[in-house]
Amino acid sequence: MAQPLVKKDDDRDDEAEYSPFLGIEKGAVLQEARVFNDPQLDPRRCSQVITKLLYLLNQGDSFTKVEATEVFFSVTKLFQSKDLGLRRMVYLIIKELSPSADEVIIVTSSLMKDMNSKTDMYRANAIRVLCRITDGTLLTQIERYLKQAIVDKNPVVASAALVSGIHLLQTNPEIVKRWSNEVQEAVQSRAALVQFHALALLQQIRQNDRLAVSKLVTSLTRGTVRSPLAQCLLIRYTSQVIRESNTQTGDRPFYDFLESCLRHKAEMVIFEAARAITELSGVTSRELTPAITVLQLFLSSSKPVLRFAAVRTLNKVAMTHPMAVTNCNIDMESLISDQNRSIATLAITTLLKTGNESSVDRLMKQITNFMSDIADEFKIVVVEAIRSLCLKFPLKYRSLMNFLSNILREEGGFEYKKAIVDSIVILIRDIPEAKESGLLHLCEFIEDCEFTYLSTQILHFLGIEGPKTTDPSKYIRYIYNRVHLENATVRAAAVSTLAKFGAMVDALKPRIFVLLRRCIFDSDDEVRDRATLYLNTLGGDGEVVETDKDVKIFLFGDLDIPLVNLETSLKNYEPSEESFDIDSVPKEVKSQPLVEKKAPGKKPAGLGAPPAGPPSTVDAYERLLSSIPEFSNFGKLFKSSSPVELTEAETEYAVNVVKHIFDRHVVFQYNCINTIPEQLLENVSVIVDASEAEDFAEVTSKPVRSLPYDTPGQTFVAFEKPDGITAVGKFSNTLRFIVKEVDPSTGEAEEDGVEDEYQLEDLEVVAADYMMKVGVSNFRNAWESMGEDFERVDEYGLGPRESLAEAVSAVINLLGMQPCEGTEAVATNSRSHTCLLSGVFLGNVRVLVRLQFGIEGSRDVAMKLAVRSEDEAVGDAIHDIVSCS
Amino acid sequence: MELCPCVKNILLLDFEGKRVAAKYFCDDWPTNGAKEAFEKAVFNKTQKTNARSEVEVTMLENNIVVYKFVQDLHFFITGGEEENEIILATVLQGFVDAVGLLLRGNVEKREALEYLDLILLCIDEIVDGGIILETDANIIAGKVASHSTVADGLSEQTFSQALATAREHLARSLLK
Repeated sequence: MAQPLVKKDDDRDDEAEYSPFLGIEKGAVLQEARVFNDPQLDPRRCSQVITKLLYLLNQGDSFTKVEATEVFFSVTKLFQSKDLGLRRMVYLIIKELSPSADEVIIVTSSLMKDMNSKTDMYRANAIRVLCRITDGTLLTQIERYLKQAIVDKNPVVASAALVSGIHLLQTNPEIVKRWSNEVQEAVQSRAALVQFHALALLQQIRQNDRLAVSKLVTSLTRGTVRSPLAQCLLIRYTSQVIRESNTQTGDRPFYDFLESCLRHKAEMVIFEAARAITELSGVTSRELTPAITVLQLFLSSSKPVLRFAAVRTLNKVAMTHPMAVTNCNIDMESLISDQNRSIATLAITTLLKTGNESSVDRLMKQITNFMSDIADEFKIVVVEAIRSLCLKFPLKYRSLMNFLSNILREEGGFEYKKAIVDSIVILIRDIPEAKESGLLHLCEFIEDCEFTYLSTQILHFLGIEGPKTTDPSKYIRYIYNRVHLENATVRAAAVSTLAKFGAMVDALKPRIFVLLRRCIFDSDDEVRDRATLYLNTLGGDGEVVETDKDVKIFLFGDLDIPLVNLETSLKNYEPSEESFDIDSVPKEVKSQPLVEKKAPGKKPAGLGAPPAGPPSTVDAYERLLSSIPEFSNFGKLFKSSSPVELTEAETEYAVNVVKHIFDRHVVFQYNCINTIPEQLLENVSVIVDASEAEDFAEVTSKPVRSLPYDTPGQTFVAFEKPDGITAVGKFSNTLRFIVKEVDPSTGEAEEDGVEDEYQLEDLEVVAADYMMKVGVSNFRNAWESMGEDFERVDEYGLGPRESLAEAVSAVINLLGMQPCEGTEAVATNSRSHTCLLSGVFLGNVRVLVRLQFGIEGSRDVAMKLAVRSEDEAVGDAIHDIVSCS
Repeated sequence: MELCPCVKNILLLDFEGKRVAAKYFCDDWPTNGAKEAFEKAVFNKTQKTNARSEVEVTMLENNIVVYKFVQDLHFFITGGEEENEIILATVLQGFVDAVGLLLRGNVEKREALEYLDLILLCIDEIVDGGIILETDANIIAGKVASHSTVADGLSEQTFSQALATAREHLARSLLK
């Protein structure tokens, strides 16, 4: 009995955890700091007090301005002591206190004395401290000493000066640049780290002079570099020079140097070189091979850092050159069981990228064991990798789908489960054979799903895909179970899904009706309302009849309206005789307010902000325009562009323009800001020269009467254009105004003004201005329901292009349509791509576009453009847009 | 463009994740709250791993963190995600070994607090404003100890002796 008790006492001692700082308190320590003022200094005691102060700062305590100043002043007294250790602590605390400019003066002379001391330690540290706290004016006084220190015999002193130089270059570049001769000399130093620091500083001094950096690299790659750190630095400079030299043909300069570094004795250099080679733009497999070989050796190193470095780099290479990495697959597979989970995850995702069809099954078996003991964040990465693998090898969907459904049943957080569900949904969408099994897996999942969001999403998805399967009835049980067992949100979603089955599958209708009738007695309003609505609209009293097409569209069709806009409109609607008109909801996808996109630090009174409230929503524009009598007969506003800047940033007057498109008119709204406090502008208008826009005729303009400093004002110019024609053209703009001087002290303007003009940039109306970005949720359904009646297909050669992705984004921008289902993203290195676009054309005509791109070896891009729309003429107009440009 | 290898922070935490000493060289974590949150995240992510014989490595918030544990002390160094992790590991190893020399093998929280001045000076000699000053443990410890009032004993020893003492201490603690 006695033994354990003693043991316990021991434990308690440990727990009480003796610490020299136990119960330390700021006030008391500041009191203690008075010993710095003693006439007879006790260096040991002073050191201890400084340590306590540093401890407080280190733990996140902060001193008030007064406290810091007080401590700083008493610390300066300690320069009297000759004690080396104490001096060292004094240096440290001065750096931590970061004194203000007027305080710095007090220690300057002491530090300058130390800078010229015979003791190397004093010199080195005094330089570091002084450079940390100094400002530009003081720097010129000590510049001479710093230049000497750079070439000092003692490496610690030289390094201290060089590193300080690197920091000072940020604040006082013009002074540090004058030291380049000394730095150059230090690069030749025999001391390893001096060379490293000198190299770092020299490159930064010359970084804007490409030729100089190139020369530096040339001379050093032939010479001797002493430390591995300096060698790494040189490799980075070399790759920068290679990047900037841009030689397309022949041997790459300096490649041999990089390759030779692969045989260096230091691991950090080998890795730096290998990584540099893999990151060369357009690297060939011949260039890549030696780098991959050394990385492969690292994979089986006993050091985790080397394995991590190698697998991380190979993971990146696998995205662009999967074939080059396959040689490492065996080594990589053994890393799946690596103790370090970061390494294991990287290994798996790399394998998933490089694996071939035959290795999938084996790989999945290994991953299954691995999944149980990693964190969710790693699991999500793996799930995403598996999804892309499945899309790559659709034939393997069975084992991959099985894997996903297995992990779906295991424990996991929301993000992880969502990643799995998303993956299954994508596989169902893209691999038709996987549909039935995928849907059943999802059905099983909602039987026991704790996340309302996922349940409702899956129910909605079932409603769309389920009725199209061979045996829709087998899903009903799963869905109806939800009506019994879930919360109201899920129950309501389940009711809607049931109704969809009823509407789409006529044979099931009588049975669905029975189920829906039971839902009328639900305890929740929403669930009852939905059930009642569906029972009444689907009609047929539960007979086996076909549901009316209009009813289907009414119940389940796309709204074609962004939900945000609908929400705003509904909130603004006031109950009255007039019922809510859904056509009045704007269809424009709301763009980000301009102000948010602007670089931080710029004045918040951005140009995009008209005086009254939040900017750039369609509502706001519509209200603004309809309040101006001149524009009242233009009809309904079709679309407003996002603001286009017509002036450079930081000019006297800041002007941007918003293009408002009507059926027969175009209105330019110029948002102007006067940024000169000493000026008042009056009668501000924009003179528009439309000689390069033949189809447009100016009808009216509306100037701003007065534009004081920093207050936004709008002037308008309206043009008439032929109805239904997508007229395009270029407009040149001149700001005309009367300028009056303002007395800055009183703020009053002088009586007389001078007429003046200010040239703005040109403005273009392009075809995309007549197109509104409106997405569809399911492109294929929309495409099929649109029908082939007004389909227009043609092929175009786009000529040589930078890349496939560049061509795709150029066409999307040209048409100004909304890319659907993420098809605007082009996989790197793919040779072909299909892009789906949706939009609404002038006159409220829906348009869908399917673009197929192909790229040839010579970078020639060909494109097949298929348009479906509700109006034949619009299809032709789309083709005109493409063929004209 | 910044090409010079850069250290974002050096952390020394205890076995519960409490800060013993920490030095930040960049503005990624502007407040003490942000710093503590990062330290907590780092500690939680690494505490179950075994980083006693070799330097380990992981990714956190788009940073690379290398770490090593000795007794009840956890050493960390953070760099950007583009940084060469082997360089960071070298710096960390230098830090761990230098602390071992300065504490004469007794690398544990109690000693580290007792000689906190040496630890802080040690960090000051390894990195200056994010730039690596020195990675050789003997040189770092030498620079710190040569002018220390506290570690009188050290200056009488040569550093190879000190290293031998450190090894002995380590061996003893392993045999316990």
